[in-house]
Amino acid sequence: MFARTSAAVFLPQCGQARSMATLKDITLRLKSIKNIQKITKSMKMVSAAKYSRAERSLKSARVYGTSAMALYEKAEIKAPEDKNKHVIIGVSSDRGLCGAIHSSVAKAIKSEIAKLSGAGKEVMIVNVGDKLRGLLYRTHGKHILINCKEVGRKPPTFTDASVIATELLDSGYEFDQGSIIYNRFRSVISYKTDEKPLFSIDTVASSENMGIYDDIDADVLRNYQEFALVNIIYFGMKESTTSEQSARMTAMDGASKNASEIIEKLTMTFNRTRQAVITKELIEIISGAAAL
Amino acid sequence: VMAARFLLRRAVPALRHARCYADAPAAQMSFTFASPTQVFFKEASVKQIDVPTLTGAFGILPAHVPTLQVLRPGIVTVFGDDGSSTKYFVSSGSVTVNADSSVQLLAEEAVPLDSLDLATAKANLEKAQSELVGVSDEAARAEVLISVEANEAIVKALE
Repeated sequence: MFARTSAAVFLPQCGQARSMATLKDITLRLKSIKNIQKITKSMKMVSAAKYSRAERSLKSARVYGTSAMALYEKAEIKAPEDKNKHVIIGVSSDRGLCGAIHSSVAKAIKSEIAKLSGAGKEVMIVNVGDKLRGLLYRTHGKHILINCKEVGRKPPTFTDASVIATELLDSGYEFDQGSIIYNRFRSVISYKTDEKPLFSIDTVASSENMGIYDDIDADVLRNYQEFALVNIIYFGMKESTTSEQSARMTAMDGASKNASEIIEKLTMTFNRTRQAVITKELIEIISGAAAL
Repeated sequence: VMAARFLLRRAVPALRHARCYADAPAAQMSFTFASPTQVFFKEASVKQIDVPTLTGAFGILPAHVPTLQVLRPGIVTVFGDDGSSTKYFVSSGSVTVNADSSVQLLAEEAVPLDSLDLATAKANLEKAQSELVGVSDEAARAEVLISVEANEAIVKALE
């Protein structure tokens, strides 16, 4: 938001056509923009600290998450095409000022819904993060199944992921397959919106490659699936937080730079205005003295 | 012994890939053992792993039959290629053995055994057992039972 404000503010080029901004106006603006710059700088510092912590814990979470999905990849489990009930878990957070994090996830969700509804399937959404709810409820309100708040203030834990998974499984919506849409962390300056598949117990049980896995009864498979669901959600949340903190760092850095630019320009205007005022007074004095 | 039981067990159903254990992939297992916060082994090559599961404890060697299992509170013992063994206590989780001999052991909480204290474990066990007597609500009862089981396993492991 601050970045946008700085871009929207421009110094009046037609300053001569209207009454010049008085010294007082310019001083006020300078003061307020300097305050804003202090705030964005401190937000950048805070994000940088949170980012380094998130990145460190992401290393182990990545191993954990990719191993959790290893079964689905190795057994090449694919959901049959005729299954109708989908669920989409969108992972984001509550807080803004982080660039395109929330809007990219919302965009991916919207296009998925359009694609699936076009094919006649039923889709429900789980929003992890209040921002997603805000972006989606107006146009896709009837697809929303669960909303999660208080996401993003503290680093996500396995317990948080298990709460979300429990809510989804208890909600009574028997989904056949689904996907989780999150922002995968690539580097400090880049992230990518990614999608990973989720499978229901029936899909996994009836998949053809499951025959090679020994000694599986329904109970064990259900436990295993529930655990895997929590793992995937946990993985998505961890990646998402890291991407979000790095994006916020970048956004606040950009905002601080923009603010410095504006401060420079305003300071120039201030000095010119000050000199103009002094010149005017001098002229008045001189012409007054000359009149005597 | 448990491993041998699994190897001999299944009659091959018609759908299964015909597997001949004589020419199974090279006896190398890619072992990944992690908890949400910590990675203990990542695609490491080990000799054997003993895991406690809901259906019993069994050992996994390279070229083990593919399987999925859910863990119960207990000890995981990892036997490295050099013969050394390390023990960890896990609270719960899952283990996957894939057809290419890769094993993923995902534990919800896992700690090396020597970081657990016997006295504290005993105290926790007694507290859990006394709670079990007083609780009536089903969900709470299930939680207390889990706590009792986990603490019993810790105490047994440490003794």
